[in-house]
Amino acid sequence: MSDEKTTLGVEDAAAIAKLARLDLDQDVLARFAGQFNAILGYMDKLSELDTSGVEPMYSPSEHATVFREDRADNDRFSRDDVLSNAPESDGSFFIVPKIV
Amino acid sequence: MTQYETVIGLEVHAQLNTESKLFCPCSTSFGQEPNTNVCEVCSGMPGVLPVLNRTAVEYAAKMAMAVDCVVNEHSVFARKNYFYPDLPKGYQISQYELPLAEHGHLDIEVKGETKRIGITRIHMEDDAGKSIHSASDNASYVDLNRTGTPLIEIVSEPDMRGPEEAVAYLRELHAILVNLGICDGNMEQGSFRCDANVSIRPFGQEEFGTRAELKNMNSFRNVQRALEYEIERQKDLVEDGDKVVQETRLYDADKNATFSMRGKEEAHDYRYFPDPDLIPIKLDPAWLEDWRKELPESPQARKQRFLDQYGLPEDDALILALDRALAQYYEAAVSAHNEPKMIANWMLSELLRELNQSGISVSECKLTPEALAELVRIIDEGLISGKIGKQIFPELFTQGGSAEAYVKDKGLVQISDTSALDAAVDEVLAENPDEVAAYKGGNKKVVGFFMGQIMKKTQGQANPKLVNEILAKKLNT
Repeated sequence: MSDEKTTLGVEDAAAIAKLARLDLDQDVLARFAGQFNAILGYMDKLSELDTSGVEPMYSPSEHATVFREDRADNDRFSRDDVLSNAPESDGSFFIVPKIV
Repeated sequence: MTQYETVIGLEVHAQLNTESKLFCPCSTSFGQEPNTNVCEVCSGMPGVLPVLNRTAVEYAAKMAMAVDCVVNEHSVFARKNYFYPDLPKGYQISQYELPLAEHGHLDIEVKGETKRIGITRIHMEDDAGKSIHSASDNASYVDLNRTGTPLIEIVSEPDMRGPEEAVAYLRELHAILVNLGICDGNMEQGSFRCDANVSIRPFGQEEFGTRAELKNMNSFRNVQRALEYEIERQKDLVEDGDKVVQETRLYDADKNATFSMRGKEEAHDYRYFPDPDLIPIKLDPAWLEDWRKELPESPQARKQRFLDQYGLPEDDALILALDRALAQYYEAAVSAHNEPKMIANWMLSELLRELNQSGISVSECKLTPEALAELVRIIDEGLISGKIGKQIFPELFTQGGSAEAYVKDKGLVQISDTSALDAAVDEVLAENPDEVAAYKGGNKKVVGFFMGQIMKKTQGQANPKLVNEILAKKLNT
């Protein structure tokens, strides 16, 4: 646990926006940076609790793992269904702007 | 001049050969029409829920046990976030902080010495799809059939000190996966893929040099060549006073060189977090115990047993033991006719050659182990000669069936009838008085000539052992 408060600047917000492929102008980035800091401030508040000796919880669910049996079923969706939301398709493939 | 030491760590991705995908019931079968093994889950539709394939977990745990990992009874799936058109969810479901298994190792043999390579971790994840890039119309074509296929990633410690060790480790890992029956091991189709982290450092230096990550090596030979190239490249850089840059490099097999993959992985920030759609995997210790009991004999243990039990030479034992299907074939044949060395020889020469030429696997082979054993037996018994055996092998291999019935049907049964052979020998001796005289004059080598003539007369069916005896008797009286 660190005592340091985490704060994000506009540049951090810009980096996160870039990773999310969002093109945002400076005003919006500044607004998001402020909101991020509000969220992080709340996390910092939680960090004040002494959790030494407490097992980390990865999920609030107490259920046992739910498994599927390994059986293939390909008939739930047709290819036309799968491709129907694609902006561009040739009936076989999704077509996207060239990526390399 | 400074001597450098190479440091290599490997990341292997192995596709688990389950029937269905990791989180949905779509088929994992290879080579289907594009986008026909796809549903709402693996195409990343909003609001869907992944449900974990139990067999995939079993396979992953078995691999972990086979390389002496500790299997964590509690592990967690995490989202690895990045954008790429072959990843429709926008994240890969992988494991980060709490992987399925850790702290394993594998013993490899290089130049007669055994070395232990540490395995840091084994975790489960789902595979991405495939894209085909068109040069002509400035577009990429995406096929999601592979999306969601179960993978395990096996991460080694940086324990390897050269390309030979890296390849030995990969071969061993490959043999174990295939032996467990959990991965088909096909490197060309991408069922077994490897990335290498490579760096060099002056001998004696503790800290690691800056590493490059190599990708796109789809055969053992390419792994070896890519590593050799990359090590030389790094040495040249350092000796010219330049620095190795930490980056991902692609191997180009045609040019036998590695090239920087600039751009794509700039900002390597995957922002991992536990996947809220999947609750942690809790493994019942009783399952782990059952799975452990089901582990087959390891390739190394089998090799040792072949050495002890059948007295095979080291190299032969290794080839027959490494591949489980081949080993099963071998043992089935030996149990049908207990001549372990003869059967090994026939398998290593004739059978492997035919399998390679026809490109089929031993399990698809029509010549059953019992039929191979029968072939070896009828040669032992003198029904046919070894030479005839080799001649008819390709046909037996393609059509299957009983070897004995085949030779009887084709009239290839060896002439072991002394009176018939007597006549043939007499004829040949009568036809070749000069050679007989030469023999009597001390030129014993003409026996080979007589043998050839007798074989010609009998269409190769004379029992050579008997012919030798008869020849000796007739020539020396």
